[in-house]
Amino acid sequence: MRKRHGRNSFSVPSKYIFLILTILCVSMMILSFTTDLINGPLETVAGYTIVPFQKGIGAAGAWLTGRSDDLKKIKELTRENAELKERIDELTIRVNDLQRDKYELAELRSLFQLNEQYSDYNKIGARVIGKETGNWFSSFVIDKGSKDGIKPDMNVMSGSGLVGIVTSVGPNWANVRSIIDDSSNLSGMVMSTSDTLIVTGDLELMDEGYIRFSDLIDEGDMVVKGDQVVTSSISNKYLPGISVGFISEIEKDSNNLTKSGYITPAVDFKRLNTVLVVTDLKENPN
Amino acid sequence: MLKKIVITLIVIIGYLLQTTFFKAITLAGIVPNILLIITSAFGFMRGKNEGMFIGFFSGLLIDVFFGKIIGFYALVYMFIGFVNGFFRRIFYPEDIKLPMILIGLSDLLYCFLCYIFLFLLRGKLHLSYYFVHIMLPEVVYTVLVTFIIYRIILFIDEWLKSFESR
Repeated sequence: MRKRHGRNSFSVPSKYIFLILTILCVSMMILSFTTDLINGPLETVAGYTIVPFQKGIGAAGAWLTGRSDDLKKIKELTRENAELKERIDELTIRVNDLQRDKYELAELRSLFQLNEQYSDYNKIGARVIGKETGNWFSSFVIDKGSKDGIKPDMNVMSGSGLVGIVTSVGPNWANVRSIIDDSSNLSGMVMSTSDTLIVTGDLELMDEGYIRFSDLIDEGDMVVKGDQVVTSSISNKYLPGISVGFISEIEKDSNNLTKSGYITPAVDFKRLNTVLVVTDLKENPN
Repeated sequence: MLKKIVITLIVIIGYLLQTTFFKAITLAGIVPNILLIITSAFGFMRGKNEGMFIGFFSGLLIDVFFGKIIGFYALVYMFIGFVNGFFRRIFYPEDIKLPMILIGLSDLLYCFLCYIFLFLLRGKLHLSYYFVHIMLPEVVYTVLVTFIIYRIILFIDEWLKSFESR
């Protein structure tokens, strides 16, 4: 007891510790903002101490939800199966039509000597093992990292839709910022008319499941509700032709030149357990 | 030494719960702030120094995985741990009212700091929306979760103290 008392009487007052830690935090902020010096080591350490636990919990959680879903869904699935069979018939007819068009397109392309623009991207699957701690942003951690060949700025998809972009990478984990995140911005394109627009995530719309779009120049009023929006070819980080979502609301801005509105994303961000990371990076001239 | 190991474990478990378990059982898309409960609780139970260090490491953990720049959350959580340390003198373990009020106020402070630095500075002025839809639910949910988490932390803390006084 006496020893403890002796140590305490020599201890530094907490206001000085507060000052030192504040300076430490501020200098870390400046360092990580300007250089990459401290991000690397911290990310590596965190990767080996925290991520294994997260993976364990993630796997256990996935197993549990898998079991409960199995029980719940048998009835649903039989009904859905019948519906889907009907759809298959419908779609087979459409596929045949499209197939015919595709041959024609290939023929015309070879005539014009154009390359196929939207070839299949290489992808690797990853599991979501942790989501953003707070309520302000929407990003998550996946269980693949630089050891699996993942680099910052790689696009992340789920099913056929765009989920987001890799922002930071550790040895065995990576952080993905989703497109509904408030700080996300990307350049998109309306598939039917090739008009470009800006897609911005917005916290105020996150609950309703929308993302905002703006700066759409559509003089002929060709773009309508339900049109598909894909990533545009002029974006410098997103690969072209990945589905973002469908326009659900559109209106003219007060400047009478551009239009803005809401997009319903192609991906269900509330139930995101596995994602596909596109390992092709967009090549930039500079 | 034992104290340090146990507190480190508490912080890591709190972080893991917040990113996995509580994210799976969100109410209206809102997660309670477990790391803030831990930081704040140790702040008023053990004093400024411990509050600061626990806050610093909790924040650093969030920074590494989710921060835009490293150091921001560390600073915010450290500040909250420090402020809670001032209330050590009026803290009695039996009384649950003070912890709940303090944790609620700390969470509100945390939300406002996040809003000011991460949203207001980017020109998002719609404070009333964020207050009703993000801050208020988070504070209410966090205070409700405090009922359970605080008792666990208190139990562990008393167990630690019994070790220290041996």
